[in-house]
Amino acid sequence: MKIINNLSALSFITYRLYLKIISLRLYQQKNFVLMKAQRKIASIIVTILFIGLLVSTLIASHTGRFNGNSFTTVQKETALKKYGFYLEPVNKEANINFKHTCPEVDAKLNNIKMQIASMGAAVSICDYDNDGWNDIYFTNSGTGSKNALYHNLHNGKFEDVADEMGLANVNKKGTGASMGAVWGDYDNDGYKDLLLYKWGKPELFKNIDGKKFQNVTEGSGLPAWVNSNCAVWFDFDNDGLLDLFIGGYYNENFHLDSLNTTKIMPESFRYANNGGRKYLLKNIGNGKFKDVTAEYGLTSTKWVLAAAAADFNGDGYPDLYVADDYNVDELYINEGGKKFTEQGKQAGIGHIPKSGMNVSLGDINNEGALGIFTTNITEQGILIQGNNYWQPKNENPNDLSFVNLAQISGIENAGWSYGAQFGDLNNDGFIDLYVANGFISAKKNTSYWYDYSKVTGGNSTIIGDAKNWPDMQGKSQSGYEEDKIWLNNSDGIFEDVSGKVCPPVTYDGRAVAMADLWNRGVLDVIVANQNNIPVIYKNDAENNNHWIDFDLRGTISNADAVGAKVEIQWDDKKQMQIVTDGIGFSSQNQHRLHFGIGKSNKIDKVTIYWPSGHIDKIENPQTDKLHIIKETK
Amino acid sequence: MEQQLKIESLPKTNIFSQWFKKNFQYIPPAFITLILLVGQFTYGILDNYVFLIGAIAASLITEIILARLILGTWKNLASAYITGISVGILIRSNVLWPYIITAVLSIMSKYVLRYKGRHLWNPSNFGVSWMLFLNSMNVAGLSIQWGSNLAAMSVIWVLGLLIVNRAKRLHVTIAYVITFIILAYIRCLITGDTFLAELSPLTGPMYQLFIFFMITDPGTSVSTKKGRITVVIIVALVEFILRLNNFIYAPFYALFIVGPIAKYIDLRKNTTAIQIKQH
Repeated sequence: MKIINNLSALSFITYRLYLKIISLRLYQQKNFVLMKAQRKIASIIVTILFIGLLVSTLIASHTGRFNGNSFTTVQKETALKKYGFYLEPVNKEANINFKHTCPEVDAKLNNIKMQIASMGAAVSICDYDNDGWNDIYFTNSGTGSKNALYHNLHNGKFEDVADEMGLANVNKKGTGASMGAVWGDYDNDGYKDLLLYKWGKPELFKNIDGKKFQNVTEGSGLPAWVNSNCAVWFDFDNDGLLDLFIGGYYNENFHLDSLNTTKIMPESFRYANNGGRKYLLKNIGNGKFKDVTAEYGLTSTKWVLAAAAADFNGDGYPDLYVADDYNVDELYINEGGKKFTEQGKQAGIGHIPKSGMNVSLGDINNEGALGIFTTNITEQGILIQGNNYWQPKNENPNDLSFVNLAQISGIENAGWSYGAQFGDLNNDGFIDLYVANGFISAKKNTSYWYDYSKVTGGNSTIIGDAKNWPDMQGKSQSGYEEDKIWLNNSDGIFEDVSGKVCPPVTYDGRAVAMADLWNRGVLDVIVANQNNIPVIYKNDAENNNHWIDFDLRGTISNADAVGAKVEIQWDDKKQMQIVTDGIGFSSQNQHRLHFGIGKSNKIDKVTIYWPSGHIDKIENPQTDKLHIIKETK
Repeated sequence: MEQQLKIESLPKTNIFSQWFKKNFQYIPPAFITLILLVGQFTYGILDNYVFLIGAIAASLITEIILARLILGTWKNLASAYITGISVGILIRSNVLWPYIITAVLSIMSKYVLRYKGRHLWNPSNFGVSWMLFLNSMNVAGLSIQWGSNLAAMSVIWVLGLLIVNRAKRLHVTIAYVITFIILAYIRCLITGDTFLAELSPLTGPMYQLFIFFMITDPGTSVSTKKGRITVVIIVALVEFILRLNNFIYAPFYALFIVGPIAKYIDLRKNTTAIQIKQH
């Protein structure tokens, strides 16, 4: 009986255990099924999200692309109504028939001749005869080609007087090819002289009372040969005499039209230090310049394409911003006129190597501070460098730093950009921006980008030797690009109005200058195009906006007042501009400063900060007028 | 005494060897980090730290979430880290979102594009190829030289070869490099460009990541040595064709096309073989 009882108890326990196991299994199975279902649902959701991401990136990739050649029909009336200005090409009416030709290069470079010979179209504005009207100087680069000096005839037309002035025949064989020119009154005689920089021997022309030019290069102390695309006049020691900075591109040991090597190319696409040397030439008076480059610490050999001088840290001495191709840009801070120290990294501008082509200065937010705009390369899907707009964070001499606002401001991507200039095109009180674009426009629907990427991605021994570069075979590279015109919408945010305010033009733009060519109180735009005609845009600004211009003459400071800053205040706004002798890429704007002031016709105060340290103030100056201001002694 | 020393030293070697074997999964992430650090401290290759961190973070977070949701497991994050860092280096953009989207797409592709429980595409190859193929205004690839320092490049090559050797994938890298060189020579005969111009891409950083990390990825390689060699030769051949048609990102696209097809065939073949064996 006991055994039976025990057996029954055991059976009962076994049965209970069996039930427990079954229920546990069922629970596990149920749970497993549930988890499997959950994972299935998660998997479906993830798949939908995945497809959604693919589709949305596909759609997003089509936005913001460059227009290429698909232009909208330009309607002048619409542009005038909407934007307050229209740029009309007037080459023919202005009697400007200049055409740029490319420099000749050694046959050893024939495979990439188009690429090497892709610079040289430059434009500089100057009233060389002090008649109160802006004249235009274009450089040419082909051997035996002539540069042109277009004298303003005051009737809407220009006349090329370069030959009779002695400024035409400057591209003779063996002397190099013109790359640009900057006007500056180095001898303070009241007439602006001309420095012509080349891939060759730089030449200095003294302006003889606006009647002719005398070549005074010999004995002046200028270097024998520089492959330069940039020069600016500035008075780095504030001694009242304009000094000179010349930036080298290719190494100065090469004569590009007669080479004995093909190892002339950059050693890296991003970190090249094998470019030309820099020249800092101190004006010691009597038409003599002394090379103080090493003494002042400008010894780097990056590939310089542009420079601008301004007192960025407010210590009274002009600093130097240098835009470099194939490397980071450089910021040389002037240490009391005694030396320069490179502080690009500390200031935040020297971290990301790009292809620096241009330096322009402008106060886009009307904050009374100059920002720095540099152009670079943007090629859809291949190279997205983006332009920079360096806004100063503060003006503390000990803590100068900048922040890049190009993206926020909408001026980051333009194309393969070269020259750029700020200027208030519709006189609304906010400076706008013109950017020249396009590298090589050759055979249509061809691209050298693939070939280019092969060598630029390679080691220095490969990229550095031109013979390794694939033959261009007439291919285009970032060609047929439209220039960018960005309108400042009064809050530092720019609107792309390219193709809306002027007829379509797709030349390979290089240098840009802004000047009031017809003394109408508006800024016209002059664009020098590589291997092509320039475009003279007459600004048809039909609006009721007001303006004021200042032409400064230094007395203690250098006669050109280079480095002088003018700040105007009106309607609770203020804007700063600076006098320069050379700005942008191979270009120079008019000497006078032009301010648009919008609907207001009253300016509260004008403050002029002269390089000498003097400050002049003008209360309530008359608007819609050019004011010629002499520095008070 | 001599014997004693020998006996004592043996276990030490074994311990190191065992440790190395056990933790080998962390060697490739360490190596890619080294490449990044060498590039960054020599040349400052990164335009922006935030973008790299964004890519790595997006990659890791996506991996954690998807592994939990779909596989119900916690995955080792070494692979996701490599994906994130590869995206951070290979993609070039002036804005953050392409780095994040590319990393997310890369990891997602592992969980969505699967066959017989295995993913078909190398994750970063999928994400990077897709974003580059879109040809957008915001994304470009790393097609430019980090610098001209031969020593730094040599260090990366030597270490890379040692690591792929340890991972038993040296044959993949070697087969690809030899095929590339041969095809570069053929290309130079066809295009008329110099051999060095055709060889040039191989000396750049894009290829260092491609040959040490993408084509050797164990997860997406086929199962046999012969098969892996065949696949990379086909990748190089497709790349050759794409290069002749001026595709800048030819290696990525070639792997994007060939890799999953090969993996699919391999998985299918192996399953059939197992089934036949079972019957």
